[in-house]
Amino acid sequence: MRHAYTWAAIAAVVTASVTGDVLLSRAMKQVGDVGELWRHKGVFAVVGSILRHPLFVLGIVAMAVAFFSLLFGLSWGDVSLVAPASASLTFVGNAIAAKLFLHERVDRRRCIAAALVACGVALLAL
Amino acid sequence: MTFRKYLVLAGVALFGSVGDSLLSRGMKQIGNVSVTHLQTLLLAVRNPWIVGGIVLLLAFFAAYMIALSWADLTYVLPATSIGYVLLALIAKFVLHEQVTPARWLGIVLITAGVGFIAGGPALTPTPPPQSEADRDLEVANAGGHS
Repeated sequence: MRHAYTWAAIAAVVTASVTGDVLLSRAMKQVGDVGELWRHKGVFAVVGSILRHPLFVLGIVAMAVAFFSLLFGLSWGDVSLVAPASASLTFVGNAIAAKLFLHERVDRRRCIAAALVACGVALLAL
Repeated sequence: MTFRKYLVLAGVALFGSVGDSLLSRGMKQIGNVSVTHLQTLLLAVRNPWIVGGIVLLLAFFAAYMIALSWADLTYVLPATSIGYVLLALIAKFVLHEQVTPARWLGIVLITAGVGFIAGGPALTPTPPPQSEADRDLEVANAGGHS
């Protein structure tokens, strides 16, 4: 049962993280370069426009689900399994989701980088 | 990419990895959380390690949002994964934990992945939005060719 809870938590972390990352990335691209906006409009205007963005709010909700799933997973499984397993699967999931939903140019360089990092993070668990 | 932008990416890596390790230590003190006692998760936020972890993860989140405003998701995530390497080095040299050969290999792979992505463009170029006049011109041209 412990094993099942751990892997269910990892699956929840990965799904919620990928959803949150895609929503937040889309929201921040629509808001624009924070550094530029900060200089031209001031910090409060930038923070206000970010916090009012509906995709940002949805992204936060998804990240909160991922956070509590991670706490749940950490309480059942070893950190050396839960953290690297969810992180490496999130890398792969994000590469696929970014191509599908954000239309990012996931070229060979980015695919290899995501695969190297995912394998490396998985090896950290051994 | 400016020096300030690399600093933001370094902040994402540092705050995220140290924040995660503080949370991990706090949750080990709290103990197992069962599905029937989810209120234990609410008690967890009174643990100082968890509080420290949450503060650092908020700093991580701010840096992450800034990075996502000018770089692709598939650039930011691999580029900031150097945090795992930092964590393993802290474990080895500060906490004096055993780092196995497999972990060193993992560190080498992550470093290679970071080096691979860092040399490429940070943002997918998007075509500028078309004005209505441009679109009308394209439609007229397409009609003329057919």
